[in-house]
Amino acid sequence: MSLSLRWRAAVLTVFIFFAFTATWELSVGGHGGAATMSPEYAALMGATAKGASAMPGPLKVGGQLWEHVLNPFYDKGPNDKGVGIQLGYSIARVAVGFLLAVLMAVPLGFLIGMSPLFYKALDPFIQVLKPVSPLAWMPLALYTIKDSTISSVFVIYICSVWPMLINTAFGVASVRREWLNVARTLEVGRLRTALRVILPAAGPTIMTGMRISIGIAWLVIVAAEMLVGGTGIGYFVWNEWNNLSITNVIAAIVFIGLIGMLLDQVLAFFTKLVTYVE
Amino acid sequence: MITDTQISIEGLRRSFPSANGSGEVTVFEDVWYKVDRGEFVCLIGHSGCGKTTLLNILAGLDAPSAGGIIVDHEEVTGPSLDRAVVFQSHALMPWMTAFANIAFAVRSRWPEWSKTKVRAHCQKYIDLVRLTGAEDKKPSQLSGGMKQRVGIARAFAIEPKIMLLDEPFSALDALTRGSLQDELLSICAATSQTVFMITHDIDEAMLLADKIILMTNGPHAKICEIVENTMPRSRTRHDMHRHPHYYPIRNHLIEFLVNRSTEFEKELSSSDYDPRHPPVVRPGLSRLAVLQSPAERAADGNTDGETIQASA
Ligand SMILES: Nc1ncnc2c1ncn2[C@@H]1O[C@H](COP(=O)(O)OP(=O)(O)OP(=O)(O)O)[C@@H](O)[C@H]1O
Ligand SMILES: [Mg+2]
Repeated sequence: MSLSLRWRAAVLTVFIFFAFTATWELSVGGHGGAATMSPEYAALMGATAKGASAMPGPLKVGGQLWEHVLNPFYDKGPNDKGVGIQLGYSIARVAVGFLLAVLMAVPLGFLIGMSPLFYKALDPFIQVLKPVSPLAWMPLALYTIKDSTISSVFVIYICSVWPMLINTAFGVASVRREWLNVARTLEVGRLRTALRVILPAAGPTIMTGMRISIGIAWLVIVAAEMLVGGTGIGYFVWNEWNNLSITNVIAAIVFIGLIGMLLDQVLAFFTKLVTYVE
Repeated sequence: MITDTQISIEGLRRSFPSANGSGEVTVFEDVWYKVDRGEFVCLIGHSGCGKTTLLNILAGLDAPSAGGIIVDHEEVTGPSLDRAVVFQSHALMPWMTAFANIAFAVRSRWPEWSKTKVRAHCQKYIDLVRLTGAEDKKPSQLSGGMKQRVGIARAFAIEPKIMLLDEPFSALDALTRGSLQDELLSICAATSQTVFMITHDIDEAMLLADKIILMTNGPHAKICEIVENTMPRSRTRHDMHRHPHYYPIRNHLIEFLVNRSTEFEKELSSSDYDPRHPPVVRPGLSRLAVLQSPAERAADGNTDGETIQASA
């Protein structure tokens, strides 16, 4: 049954994909595609009144994607780098900012989760800082750090830190009393309790926090790179927009989506490793 | 016989803040009891009377609101490897296999032991509770009874001086329960272990315990009396019911659970009950039984026990 469900879902996925691309092709294509639509819809779809539109069709975008895939790492100066290089920059920034956030959030989350005093004392700071858009930190970062790359890493760090911190603290604070009691009756030391009992018990919650963080970080890096410019997939999008190359913008959107999915899958894999059934 | 007090419960009270936030609810109070070394004591009482709370305080996991506990001449201030606990809720770590759960305890007890020594020691106790073959299963893959057995093996494996058991056999089928009871008895006989065990099962208490503590219903639960097991220690599950004292003891316990546990307050007003020395009864030993209230004695001519005052 589950196999047949999977097959039916796959068929439906393919169908939706082709229906979508066909509609897209028709609505931007030259053969009166736009004329057959209602004017509002045509406006929504960005089609021009002239029939053929500036909006590229899926075939054109597909061709462009293929070109990028064939040659992802070329470098012809600051404004013309392969999409692979740009994605590499973005991934590197996210990785560095994310890892820094892990190093900070997990120990601090442990402290907050284990100590009701710290929980209460730090809660107002977390509550106020958490809802601040990471991009609001950007001017401050640029002013103090004066380096655009480090600034965007900082922005990644600051947006990744909150979900991890909150989840770690929550996971640590809600470790079942009875497991801690077992450790206590066995006179297990604090460090061993933290590593052998609390960490595995809170592991799934911590990993969920990390998964949320990496998702946010990947959202934020594009915006951050649009702001600071120079390198990265965000800058690539901005640059192609300035070149009025909508084809490349759409291609970049596809790559951003795929990499985002990949990052999430990696974290999902690690989450699965630490998950336990009660 | 020289008695050697190992655990002394002295004037214990435990109160929790009441649900509406104002004031306190006292679970039990004025609990005094002494457990001798090598003695097997069972605690019987209705659900919610505070048995687990009392056991947690004995374990050092919870602090009393008043009074204290002396174990081997030292006041209990926290948990100790000398007092192993089998928890009512198994309390196994779900991310560890059955084996790893036991090994975690063994390594905590003997950190200097080599891997092979730990492995052999754990295996011995896994075999003892008949879990051979299930070592590498996670708790979620075990049945309720198997989980309880892992918990029991974990407690036995650290070879404690005192064993604190909170309804350890409640989730087991009769057959497994019987064999584990026998194992428990043989371990206790071999190591002259002191055991404090909570149970709901009257027959289990009569088989295992030297003394049975009857706890009244909460709130404000107290020790109603101590029932001494008047059957010889050589009793077994198969012949126990043929002993002439079997039914007197059993009836006494049932009478307590059914009627007296709820109406102890009434009984209290018409007796010279001293919480420091709860009455000790030895059902079957004498026909000259003394019940708590003279009125009841008159009403019920066929009494089943003798009440004597414990010596100070
Ligand atoms: N942490 C707590 N806070 C408030 N009340 C508590 C707490 N722990 C236990 N109690 C109360 O104390 C009473 C005794 O609980 P306890 O778990 O000791 O019962 P028990 O005799 O072990 O019952 P059972 O046989 O069902 O296991 C209950 O009324 C319970 O509501
Ligand atoms: Mg209980």
